[in-house]
Amino acid sequence: MLYINGEPDDTGTPVTILALLQSRNLRPERVAVECNGVIIRRAAFSDTLVNDGDRIEIVHFVGGG
Amino acid sequence: MIPKSLLDAALCERHGADTQEKFSNATVGIAGLGGLGSNIAIHLARLGIGHLVLVDFDRVDLSNLNRQHYFLRHLGQWKTEALKEQILEINPYLDCQLHTTRITCENACCLFEGCDIVCEAFDQADQKAMLIETLISGFPDKPLISGSGMAGAHSANTIQTLHRFRNLYLCGDKTSDIADGECLMSPRVGVCAAHEATMVMRIVLGKTEP
Repeated sequence: MLYINGEPDDTGTPVTILALLQSRNLRPERVAVECNGVIIRRAAFSDTLVNDGDRIEIVHFVGGG
Repeated sequence: MIPKSLLDAALCERHGADTQEKFSNATVGIAGLGGLGSNIAIHLARLGIGHLVLVDFDRVDLSNLNRQHYFLRHLGQWKTEALKEQILEINPYLDCQLHTTRITCENACCLFEGCDIVCEAFDQADQKAMLIETLISGFPDKPLISGSGMAGAHSANTIQTLHRFRNLYLCGDKTSDIADGECLMSPRVGVCAAHEATMVMRIVLGKTEP
């Protein structure tokens, strides 16, 4: 079981950060992602695997300022 | 010019001497000086935040005046310089470090290295994400304050400050997006800017929750 933004999530693991974002219809260039408290660089989204018990935080940005 | 001692005394009278000392010693960076950044900077100047690092690559345009803290006399000027002029009209003893340059993942850490706190105040979602990722990677312990979701004519009450990650504070309604055709208008941009400035104030005073 993964935890995404504090909520349990039943996405099968292991899964890449990129696949996780795509399954939630989030564009990778508009998010910041932490895994277990460590920021994941965008360039590493496609080859960073998350596993059971990992805590993922996703912040999604919208435009305007 | 008004003596520094008089201005300092007036700030201490309003804010209290201990609080004012913290404000005066703080260094705060602002990334982008549009609707969010220009209004954040004015709030911080009024608090008497002693050191400001202001970064923007753009000039003041007529289309900015619906929400950004500039005047007709500033049209065509660099936003960095137009904003510094206004800040010094509020308090000529504040230290404003200007960088008229585009912020990228290559230069962001160098620009904001000396700041205690950084406010993200960009327009574009992908640029916001780039800056947050870059600064968290470079400075995991530095508090970052970001604005996301202030477009449209929705209630001001939808705009909040949330504590995300370890050191990120996200201000906005999280959903109203200029990409969906929603307009940016002064009141809600101002509310979001005030949220960012409020979080700066709280962190400088040692209060780390929104």
